[in-house]
Formats: sequence, structure tokens, C-alpha cells
Amino acid sequence: MTLTIPSIHYLVILPVLIFFGASLALLIASAMWRRSVPLAFSTTVSVAASLAVVVVSFFQWHCLDKSGASTTIAHAVVLDGFSVVATAVIAVCTALSSLVARDWLRRENVRGAEYQILALASTAGAMLMTQANDLIVIFLGLEILSLGLYVLVALDRRKTESAEAALKYFILGGFASAIFIYGAALVYGATGSTNITTVSYFLGSNVLLKPGLLVAGGALLLVGFAFKIAAVPFHMWSPDVYEGAPTPVTGFMASIVKVGAFAALVRVMISGLGTQLATWRPIFWALIVLTTVVGAALAVPQRNAKRLLAYSSINQAGFILIGVWSADARGVAASLFYLATYAPVVVATFAIVSVMGGLGDERHSIESYRALARRQPWLGASLAVLLLTQLGAPLTAGFYAKYSVLASAVDAGGAPLALIALLSAAIAASVYLRWTVVLYAEPDEELDVSRVVVPTGTRITIGAGVVVALLFGVWPGPLATLAQHASVYFLP
Amino acid sequence: MHSSVYLTVLIALPMFGALVAMLVRRAPGAAYAVGVATGVVELVISLVVAVLYKSNIPGAAGTAGFDFYTRHVLSAPLGLAYDVALDGLSLLMVVLTALVLVLSLLGGRDRRREPSFVAWLLILTGLTMGSFVSHDVLEFFIFFELTLVPCYFIIAGWGGRERNRAALKFFLYTFTASAFLLVGILYMGFALQHQHPTSGLSFAYGALMGTSLSHATAVWLFVAFAIAFGAKSPIWPLHTWSPLTYAEAPTAGSIELSALLAKLGSYGLLRFAVGLLPLAQVSVRPYVMTLAVIGILYGSILAAVSTELKRFVAYSSLAQMGFITLGVVSGSTIGVTGAVLLMFNHGIITMGFFLVIGFLERRRLSTQIADFSGLQRPMPVMAAIFTVTMLASIGLPGLSGFVSEYLILIGTFTTHAWWSVVAALGVLASAVYLLWAYQRVFHGRAEGENAGLADASAKERWVLVPVVVLIVALGVFPKPVLDKISPSAHVLVTQVSTASVTK
Repeated sequence: MTLTIPSIHYLVILPVLIFFGASLALLIASAMWRRSVPLAFSTTVSVAASLAVVVVSFFQWHCLDKSGASTTIAHAVVLDGFSVVATAVIAVCTALSSLVARDWLRRENVRGAEYQILALASTAGAMLMTQANDLIVIFLGLEILSLGLYVLVALDRRKTESAEAALKYFILGGFASAIFIYGAALVYGATGSTNITTVSYFLGSNVLLKPGLLVAGGALLLVGFAFKIAAVPFHMWSPDVYEGAPTPVTGFMASIVKVGAFAALVRVMISGLGTQLATWRPIFWALIVLTTVVGAALAVPQRNAKRLLAYSSINQAGFILIGVWSADARGVAASLFYLATYAPVVVATFAIVSVMGGLGDERHSIESYRALARRQPWLGASLAVLLLTQLGAPLTAGFYAKYSVLASAVDAGGAPLALIALLSAAIAASVYLRWTVVLYAEPDEELDVSRVVVPTGTRITIGAGVVVALLFGVWPGPLATLAQHASVYFLP
Repeated sequence: MHSSVYLTVLIALPMFGALVAMLVRRAPGAAYAVGVATGVVELVISLVVAVLYKSNIPGAAGTAGFDFYTRHVLSAPLGLAYDVALDGLSLLMVVLTALVLVLSLLGGRDRRREPSFVAWLLILTGLTMGSFVSHDVLEFFIFFELTLVPCYFIIAGWGGRERNRAALKFFLYTFTASAFLLVGILYMGFALQHQHPTSGLSFAYGALMGTSLSHATAVWLFVAFAIAFGAKSPIWPLHTWSPLTYAEAPTAGSIELSALLAKLGSYGLLRFAVGLLPLAQVSVRPYVMTLAVIGILYGSILAAVSTELKRFVAYSSLAQMGFITLGVVSGSTIGVTGAVLLMFNHGIITMGFFLVIGFLERRRLSTQIADFSGLQRPMPVMAAIFTVTMLASIGLPGLSGFVSEYLILIGTFTTHAWWSVVAALGVLASAVYLLWAYQRVFHGRAEGENAGLADASAKERWVLVPVVVLIVALGVFPKPVLDKISPSAHVLVTQVSTASVTK
């Protein structure tokens, strides 16, 4: 028996390699270092790896422009516009969230490089998901992503909530992974392959007389994804985990995990099962309606910033799903635009929540934000801008994100869906606005009104989020065009 | 055709003014001075634009009659463009926007001179200006939606006791309603693109006019537009936010909301619902007219029994907005012209009301009608100004309200006589509730605190002078203004009738 090694185009998997390499290097360094690895060192490695990946993605884009989309490693990994843009977004968010994490770790006096090691490994998993063209590789990415996260959620060892959240996430996540891989197995049974291109080709050239196996497989895959993106009714874990996890980790989950999971979801649903559109579209319709409406409605009574943001991000996930529902180039571009603007914004929002949490990471009631904008105008205004972006106010990137997914839905004949989603946005708007008003309200004498120190790293992250929100809000053209080009290269 | 630079300046100047106001916020009074100066320059430019405007611009449907036109595509995939133009329908609104800014700044109280308040007010003016001169439906939507943000902060930051609830209710009402507008706009844009696949996604006003839609679809779209604009106007039964919001907002906020932003609703209904969906309008017209007439009567009754002055104006506005809506959908040039004129006149009149109420509130720290009586004796000038404003609102010949209400009733009578007849009762009702309110506040014996109230100060008089002058001037000699409006109104109405003939 001979083993043939498939040819490998290294440029394609370079981002994954960089992140995984950086993670390993840090791991080895922490073993060799006499005392614990200094925070500055681990953060520098993490930021440098992210920047390197951003540079690599430029080369990838260049390569793409020259020779078009391609696959490598026995067609299991793909290089297309969608994966390149998603990779770049993930890299940027990793850099930003590692800066926030550094400040958090320093404040909480947590030694060691565990955070950065695990975060880098998880990010490598998320990147693999954006590039995977095979259900097994997606599963691989999903597991690499999740294993690191389970530990990250439990990082705050002094708090029982953190351990509780980790256990909850681990058990439910384990189930979701099992369900996903079972779905992959059923799809393999129905189509004879786990490769997305082959599945799509098979379904395009054959008619399944008894599609039950495929439908069941597709449904199980969807459940696995819906768990990761916290779509209703698979969202139960997210508020508890968001609340219990250390705040920088929450930011990581809300941005990087979402981008990875959505990228894989788009690929499976549109490239792989695109021919089965008529079957899964109604399911998606229901999923979107539930996700947007329930997410927004349950955000209303929340009094804890992290739980509130958990529900709001459920609502936002529903909007991103709309682009998938549209299932055409416009929809894919819209989802990509949404992810590219939402991810940095949410990292920055959690950066503010992180510094506001104070020592112990515990001050998270909305009341503790009272009069923040009067004490610290810049911090307060930044949070206001970030909230207004998530609300979808015009002149912020959030408006065009919502606009483009809704436009794609209307284009694909889903005007009622767009209307329902927009009405849910109105409910969510009340949540964001109430918080914004608290920022500008009269100070309460009884509460502790000490100024919050914003360290440099966190400051950079907040600034980056605000710049993304405002820049693409005033000038969305280039990013919209990029997203459009990226999705033209999509669909291998 | 004139350069579009005028309009761009009208939008950008207040924004710039807001920036400067925030930059000089440390110097006492500087921000307020910047605000007033910006407002005066804005007013001058808007008057120049009004004088320069020529209605005889040739062009295809949707561009004919539009002066100061320009279009730049900002993002093709999003269908986003900067597209401004001005015609007779938006002309008066532009002037009103600038005028409201100046007078609400001058008439505001000391606490309303804070730099952030001035900045929000200026931003709001720029955005409102943008909505009125937008010639692209998506661009209009963006401006329209953006006006909510400054409004929200003005009400929530400087309003009365229940300001947070009022601000949230206002925001949610309009935001929810405008969801229908956005989906409707998108639907039209994509319908157009599917019909002309070679041209990119575009929401240009003239282009959208050429969208061919089935009648049922057009009716649904009209209903969606009417919900969005009806909540803003407000049209009965979507008015429930307005009494609370007007009552809780600071004086300048109430003026902006009722004199200006309400007009965005009726203007949008006229320009986009009636203008883009002429045929659907013909089918929906009886229902909209019925709602308008109900609004007139309902608003009049509630105005008569309201015990608080700002709520009183809110309900009387509901009645007046009913007249405007009636004119907007009347389908006759005279009616539409009257509606546009009434939008302006109502803006001036409510501004007069709210200014006087603001001055009374400053003295008595209350706006409850029961707290006032016999004010005529201690403050004769204020009473006289209130009388003029009130008589204009009733529609006394020789004052501005008469001309516009008369035109609306005539125009409606020619097309839908019965609605006009019932609406005419509203004129009568307005006399009842206005005179009764006047009686309760200004007649009788002034006792206690009321007896010692000071009359309008010199500055207050100067703020109210433009209001009175405009009310009288437009009542006696409305022709130059009507001449600017009616060609555009005629274009809009003929389009309805030609559409009904060709299809």
C-alpha cells in the first residue's frame, strides 16, 4: 500500500499555519522560559501573527486576481475571495481582542501565556473553517476552535460563574459537535462524499428519489452551526456563557467564532446544498424570524451588559442569516459585509465592557454606566457610537450592513422576511437606546463614580471599532465593492 | 438650471456649525452665538434659493421642474447616491427649516443654550434640510431616519419629567413605521432593476417613477409608505406618540417636531407615495381621506377637552395635519397647492403657539390650562400675538390659514365632495376649541401669580414679530408663493391623471 500525499499550495493554508505556529511557539517558549512568559511578549507574538496574516491575505487576494479561485490538499481547502476576506477580518479581530486581553490579564493579575496560546489555536480553527471545502475539515476547524474556547471560558479561575459557563459550553458544544459530525456522516451516506464540491456536483447531476437521508443530514449540520452562531432555538447557552466568561473571551466568541461559523455555514448551505434551496429555505425562514425576534425581545428586560449584548448578538446573527437565506451573490456579499463590520465593532464594545468591569470583572450592570459620557466624554461617546452602529442608525456601518442583507432578501423575494427582521430591529433599538441614554443621564450621587482607567491596548481596540463604525458608515462604497468582488470569486 | 452647490451648502452648513459650536463650547455663550449666526446665514441662503428657483426646467418625468439638480453615485452595489434637487413642493419646506432653526434658538430658554443642545439642533436642521432636498428615495430615507437621532437626544436630554419615556416612544414609533418604508423602497428598486437588468441598482426618483408594478403590488406599497409617513405626520390612528412627546419635549424640540418634522411625513406622502404610485393612490384615496377626516374631527374634540397647553397644540396639530393629508391625496392641483401652503403655514402657526407657550411656561413654570386665567390684562401684547396666531389657525380670511384651508377644501370638493363637506366641519370645530382655550387662558380675572406676570419682553416680541408678519403677509398676498408651488403641484397631479388614462 502506498500513501500518496496530495499536493499542497502553501500560500492557501499559510494563515492557518501562521496562527498554529505562533501558538506552538508560545507554548514552547512558556515551557522554556524560566518564569512565566511576560505578557508583553505573548501579546506581541499574537499581534505580529495577526498582522502577518493580514499581509498574507493581501498576497492571497493578488493570487486570486491572477488565477481565480482554487482548491488544494485534495480539494479539501479552498482559496476564494470569501475565505480571503473572512480570514483578514478574523486576523484583525484577533489582534484587537488580544490587546484587550492583555489589559484584562494585567488588571486581574493572571500570569502565563495560556490566553494567547489558546486564543491563537482557536483562531487557527476559525480560519480553517472559513477555508474548508470538506465537511470533515470543517469539523476539524470547529473542534480546534471549540477546544481552545472551552478552556478560555474557564480562564477566570477565581469565579465559579466562569467554571459554570465553561462546563455548560463544553457539554452543549460537545453535543453540537457530535450532531454535526453525524450530519456529515448522513450526507456522506446520501451523496457518497464529504467534499462540498463533490456533494454539490452529485446533487446537481442526480435526482434523489428518497432524499430523507440527505434532508436529515443537512438538518443535523444546520443544528451544529445554529449552536455555534447561537440561533434561536439553539441559543440557550449563549447568555450564561457570555456572562460567565472573562469579558475579552466573550468579545472573542462574539466576533471570531461567529465569523468562522458563518463562513462555513455559507459554504455548506450555498455551495454544497445550494441545489436543495427549496428544502432548506423555509427552515431558514423560520430560524431567522425566531432568531431576530426572540433575540431582540429577550434583550429588553436585561440589566446586565454582557447578557444584554448576548441577546443583541443573537438578534444580529439573525440578520446575518438573512444573507444566507437569499442564497445568491448579493446575499453572500451582504453577509460578508455584515460580518466584516460587525466583528470589529463587537470586539470594541466588549473592550469597553471589559474596562468598565473593573477589578474582578464584576461591575456589569447597566446602572454602572450611568453618566459615563459626562465623566469621560470620549469613552461614553465611543460606546454610544458602537451601540448606534449595532442599532443600525444611518451614517454608521451598521446601517449599510442591515441595509445590504435586507436588500438581498427583498431581491430574492423575501420582502415579508425583511419586514419582520426590521421590526425586530426596532425592538432591539429600544435596548440600545436605553443604554445610550444611561450614558448621558444625570449622575447618581450614591453610586461609585470613580473614573475608569482605559489602558493603551484597549484604547486602540475601541478606537479601531469606532473608526470601522464611522468610516464604513460614511463611506461604505469600497468595502461593499470588495464584498461583492469577494463573493464573485466564491462558489468553486 | 442653477448649481446644486446651494443645496449642498444648505445641508453642510448646519453640520459645520454644529462642529464649530462644539469646538468653542468652553467659551460661555459662544456656541449659542455660533448657532444663531449659522441659522441666520442658512435662512439667507434658503431665501436666495427661493428667489432664484425657476419652475420651468425641462426634462423627463421626475426631473422636470426640479432646479439645482445633481447626482453622484456613491456606491453602485448598494445603490447609494448623493442626489439633490428642489422643486416647488420642497421650496417652502427649505425656507421653513431655516426659519424654525433661527426662531427656536432665539426663543429658547437659558438652559437651552448649552453647546450640546445647540449642536443637536443644528445637526437636526442639516438632516431635515437633506430630507427635503433629496431627489433619491434611498437618500431621503437615510436623512429621514437620521433625524430621529438628534430628536431623541434633544427630548431625552432636555425634556420634561417623563422625557425618557416620551423620547423612547417617539423613536420606536417612527423607527418601526419606517421599517415599512425601507422594505417598500427596496421592493421598488429591485422591481425596477429586474425590469432593466443592464442598469445598476438605483433609487433615483425619476427612475423609480418608471417602475411598472401590478396594481395590487402598488397598493401594498402605497399602504407601506402611508404607514411610515402617517406615523410621522401624524395621521389618525398613528398619532398616539405625539401628545406625550410634544408635551415632554423642550420648547425648541416641540417646535422642531411639530412645525418641521411632522411636515416630513406629509411631504414624504406627497412626494413619494403620491408621486411614485399615482395609480394606487386613486384606489387608496377614499380610505386615506376618511382617516384624514376622522383625524380632523377627533383632534378637534380632544383639543377642546385637553387640560394642558402643549397637548392642546398637539391635538390641534392632528386636526391640521388631517387637512394637509386631505389636500395631499385630493388629486387636484388646487388641493395639492393648498396642502403645501398649509404645511408652511401650519409650521409658522404652531411655532407661534409653542413660542408663546414657552414664554408662559418660563413665567409660571406650568403649562396646565387650569393654572392660567385672565392673562389678557397683565400681558396684552402676548395676548394679541396669541390671538393673531389663533385666528390664523381658525382660518380667518386675511390671515394665512384661510388661504390654505380654503384651497384644500375647494380642491377636495372638486374631486371628492362629501369628504370636503365633513372636513369643513373641522374649520368650525377649530373655532370652538381655539376660542375656548383662549377664553380659559386669557379671559377672566387674573388672580394670584397670574396678576403679576410681566408682558412680552422686547426680545420675545422680536422673536414673535416674524411669525405675525408671515401670518398676515401670506394671508393678504399669497400669490408669489402660490406661483412657486402650483407648477410643481400641477406636474404631480397631471402625472396621476395621465397614469389613470394610459393604464
